[in-house]
Amino acid sequence: MGKLFFYVALALVLVSGVIFAPEHAGLAIHPMDQFEVSSYTSDNVSMFAITNVTVWLALAVAAVFALMVMGSSRRAIVPGRAQSIAELAYGFIYKMVEDVAGKDGVKFFPYIMTLFMFILMANFLGLIPGSFTTTSHIAVTAVLAALVFFTVTIVGFVKNGAGFLGLFWVSSAPLALRPILAVIELISYFVRPVSHSIRLAGNVMAGHAVLKVFAGFAAALGLFSFLPIFAITAVYALEVLVAFIQAYVFTILTCVYLKDALHPSH
Amino acid sequence: MASNTQDAAHGAAESAPGMPQLDFSTFGNQIFWLAVALVAIYFILSRVALPRIAAVLAERQGTITNDLAAAEDLKAKAVEAENAYNKALADARAEAQRIAGETRAEIQADLNEAIAKADEQISAKAAESEKAIAEIKAGALESVKEVAADTAEALVAALGGKADAKAIAAAVAERTKG
Repeated sequence: MGKLFFYVALALVLVSGVIFAPEHAGLAIHPMDQFEVSSYTSDNVSMFAITNVTVWLALAVAAVFALMVMGSSRRAIVPGRAQSIAELAYGFIYKMVEDVAGKDGVKFFPYIMTLFMFILMANFLGLIPGSFTTTSHIAVTAVLAALVFFTVTIVGFVKNGAGFLGLFWVSSAPLALRPILAVIELISYFVRPVSHSIRLAGNVMAGHAVLKVFAGFAAALGLFSFLPIFAITAVYALEVLVAFIQAYVFTILTCVYLKDALHPSH
Repeated sequence: MASNTQDAAHGAAESAPGMPQLDFSTFGNQIFWLAVALVAIYFILSRVALPRIAAVLAERQGTITNDLAAAEDLKAKAVEAENAYNKALADARAEAQRIAGETRAEIQADLNEAIAKADEQISAKAAESEKAIAEIKAGALESVKEVAADTAEALVAALGGKADAKAIAAAVAERTKG
């Protein structure tokens, strides 16, 4: 019964796509246009030009400021709504850093909190229809991942000296296997920032592109546009989840890498 | 088809035909503004927000600890007050028992005294009554003798004899003795 209904609906959609299609719409779907960087001050996007990137980064900063500073400005013993969320975010990341990276990782808490709050706010701001999603750009996430990579590597060598190389020497494996494992570990270490950055940008970009594709369908289907609109609603709900989860994943991986730097022994 | 329409819709203004993410001409701009944003967020968080929230959380923890200690204190006081109350209650009960006992003894003493007095009066009254009865009895006996003597004298006279008062009296006395 459900299957029959599905096929009937699909047939109706296809037929209606032909019959009710607006004349000029066709399938003019441009899912990547939303990621276009455009300058407000000059024709080309020069380094210091004010662009949509600038605007949405500024809004992310403003959102962090609104939640964490204005939200906590009353310093109430019994917190209000905004203060509760700010305290929740604080406790969530603080506990994560403490649990994953250890007690001595706590002094990196402000850095990790910066990363988390920025990615979270940028992701959520990107979900506003018509907005620009800064975290969908590999340039942004690569910088974030590179920051983590270099910080972790430098901290690892400063804290442990040459002992940090023990990270690649799996002392629990049989001696014969260790050089091979060392090569694998070394490769995986340098792949980290790549996967770290592409995971975030890829997830965000894919979700937004899918939304745009469905929106294009909705424009093309005329009367039957309610079907893609349902799909958009569902995908949007998923994207809200992804926006948080990707911020969480980026942050917890940062904590894991930091733990490797602080305690490199396997 | 898609790329055709995209190109047509977009015109020749855009330099990147595929993903804007791979348009390296925008990287400098993005990275510069990202650095500004991250530094701003870092200072907002590390200078203002995080110390403030940490202080609020610590203060709350302190308040909770203090309140718990105060509650413990008040609880101890309540237990103390209850003990004092119980003690006062026991004292009052003992006092009441003592007073009741005393009163009972007092009443008993009064009662005994009254009973004794009443007994005395009763025995006095009884003795008086006994005496009166004895008098009456004696009086009655005397009357009987008189009446018997008179009757005997009358009988003797009726039978035609001459009554000797002395003999009659002796006879009456003889008869009434038993």
